[in-house]
Amino acid sequence: MLYRETGQFKTSYAADQAVFPIRQDRIGLALILLVAFLLVPVFGSSFFLNTMMIPFLVFSLATIGLNLLLGYAGQLSLGTGAFMGVGAYACYKLATIFPDINILVHTLLSGLFAAGIGVLFGLPSLRIKGFYLAVATLAAQFFLDWCFNRLPWLYNYNPSGAIEVPTRMLFGVALTGPNATPVTRYLVLLTLVVVMTWIASNLVRGWIGRSWMMIRDMDIAAELIGVRPLPTKLLAFAVSSYYCGVAGALMVFFWLGAAEPPSFSINTSFQVLFMVIIGGLGSLAGSFMGAAFIWILPVLLRALPEMLGVTIAAATVEHVSLIVIGALIIVVLIVEPHGCARLWQTAKQKLRTWPFPY
Amino acid sequence: MRLHRLLAGGTVALALALAAPTGPALAEDTLYVPLLTYRTGPFAGSGIPIADGMRDYLVMLNERDGGIGGVKLVIEECETGYDAQKGVECYESTKGKGALIYNPYSTAITLQLIPKAPVDKIPILSMAYGLSATAVGEVFPWAFNPPLTYWDGASAVLAYIAEQEGGLDQLSGKKIGFIYLDAGYGREPIPLLEQMAERYGFQLLKYPVPGDQMQNQSSQWLNVRRDNPAYMVMWGWGAMNPTAVKEAAKIRFPMERFIGVWWSGGEDDARPAGADAVGYKTMNINAVGQDYPVIQDILTHVVDKGLSKVSDRSRVGENLYNRGVMNSVLIAEAIATAQRATGKKLVTAEDVRLGLETMSFTEERMAELGVTGFFQPFQVSCKNHAPGNRVYIQQWDGKTWQPASDWFESDREVVWPLLEKAAADYVAQNPDWPKRAEPCA
Repeated sequence: MLYRETGQFKTSYAADQAVFPIRQDRIGLALILLVAFLLVPVFGSSFFLNTMMIPFLVFSLATIGLNLLLGYAGQLSLGTGAFMGVGAYACYKLATIFPDINILVHTLLSGLFAAGIGVLFGLPSLRIKGFYLAVATLAAQFFLDWCFNRLPWLYNYNPSGAIEVPTRMLFGVALTGPNATPVTRYLVLLTLVVVMTWIASNLVRGWIGRSWMMIRDMDIAAELIGVRPLPTKLLAFAVSSYYCGVAGALMVFFWLGAAEPPSFSINTSFQVLFMVIIGGLGSLAGSFMGAAFIWILPVLLRALPEMLGVTIAAATVEHVSLIVIGALIIVVLIVEPHGCARLWQTAKQKLRTWPFPY
Repeated sequence: MRLHRLLAGGTVALALALAAPTGPALAEDTLYVPLLTYRTGPFAGSGIPIADGMRDYLVMLNERDGGIGGVKLVIEECETGYDAQKGVECYESTKGKGALIYNPYSTAITLQLIPKAPVDKIPILSMAYGLSATAVGEVFPWAFNPPLTYWDGASAVLAYIAEQEGGLDQLSGKKIGFIYLDAGYGREPIPLLEQMAERYGFQLLKYPVPGDQMQNQSSQWLNVRRDNPAYMVMWGWGAMNPTAVKEAAKIRFPMERFIGVWWSGGEDDARPAGADAVGYKTMNINAVGQDYPVIQDILTHVVDKGLSKVSDRSRVGENLYNRGVMNSVLIAEAIATAQRATGKKLVTAEDVRLGLETMSFTEERMAELGVTGFFQPFQVSCKNHAPGNRVYIQQWDGKTWQPASDWFESDREVVWPLLEKAAADYVAQNPDWPKRAEPCA
């Protein structure tokens, strides 16, 4: 009834090809942005921002990165955690070598290092596909993990092996470090994530995204039409790793404040992979849904007993939340194997005809 | 239809979650002590006895004395899984409730919290772990690692080896192996060991064990067999410890020459290797067993009333359980000292920082607390946050830990200048590190 495009006539090609051709979608997006930019920082507690929204945004960006590679270009990668690590360590090195340059510049530059490494480990993708490629990227994961542990230059010979975030300012406001308020860090992250999502959405709709999808759907056919597989696949690896690298840098500088190699382990790779799968392959909105499902839901579940005033031992809550999340993943994938994004699509379709479905 | 039901269910669940009251409001007249613990994951084997010991002592204070200074303690455990990210999540979720003190129980989490402490004004007590340099109170007013640092441990273990060999000059030319958890914790003593290797002319062989391969150390021990070091020193935790003991037994490494740090000395670390583990040694900073008034009080007021989480009464008094008790004795004493110093019953986190910095475990005070002989007396000061540099060596006899040496000291002449240098390096690396603003009491 409310969600119906009847009466919305498009009078130009541009309007017809808009990302959100339906007015209600545009209003919805505006509302979401309004909530994210205004209501969340004003009303969100420090706990809500620090442990839910900030990690959620970081993982959303990493999920978008992997989704570009896996969902759009069809190349399976298990090296996401390592590529995030490359971004984080690159940003740390840049920030310590050039302390006078703004941290945001470093963050965006660090993605380039991740992109370079991503291209390097993407080279085998021309020859090998599917599971075999997954194993090749797994090698990247283990190799880079080893580097983070074993190359003391990367962590400035810090005896603890951890990278620690210095305080960096912009216009007199602390952006990173212990003095940065959660609200500042959240707003910086949100802005970056929104801009990068917008870029990604344009990327996948243009010729680049189309050539990725052609490679994904049938690489031989794509080659015959004139898409060159090597540059296309490598570009996918580069862009994907860039996103992951920036996400990694943001993770350390705007969320954790200090990090050790385990933050970029194979577990992180799998976590992001699950976010992509749960969210929906080849959907940017799905990336956000997947990140919310895998990150926010467990935090909520852990906080739930306390909200209800029930005292349950911390370890029990942990076990129960693991069980519940596992079960929910299975339920979601049984109900909709294509992830939350498809679920949302179906819901929208039903809403269009509601209350008189045909 | 299925979708409808799913959506409806989700909506109901969400509505329930939102409508629920936002947690039980903490009563005004309580002291809130969050405990970051881990009873799940690969480090649970070490984490559970620690968590039980910490919790039981504080519960005992509530049961026996009605809290500290007549104010009840509210104890909340938060599960970290020894994971730095979850640890920070725990920190963020509990600090708003008026947390008085944090015990991260992980060097990685401690490292993340050290910069936050001066900003949030909540002290960190990392008892015999964490960043060694936090011993220098002038640089780290908000972090405390009494009674001693990892560098004291490294110095002490070398002193013990030297004593076995007949003097520090006998170390020259010897090979000493160091097997460690490849994380902030295990790497912490390396700078000191390397300096000592240079000074005394022994060869330091390093065998890192990655955190995700703790239960598979055959390659490291293969190297140990090839290198054949005279002694093995271990900085292990969680599932790494029992695996290392078993692997050492497998290559027939002489167990009395295998010495762990105090964190590698859990009963469950030695027990799984059975008779092969007999002779395995670790350093220790607390007594083992139930023959202490404090442990007896815990048995009477907590365990026998069914308020404890320990799986079996016999597990009370085990090494890591007692370590947890010792940790809570320090927490309680910091709060009590803060109460005495300020005259307030309801102390704040800033008062507790002062308490930590001025608390003093004299023989008399330890007798009052029922911990005579439980650990060595020490006195924290503004300058020195890790003043109790004494350890003893314990040895596994197949069933229990038995003391194998008297208490002895690390070489502070060597360790302290290095700690001060490390603290200065920390400040140099973090140019915006705040200067100490808190006056020395």
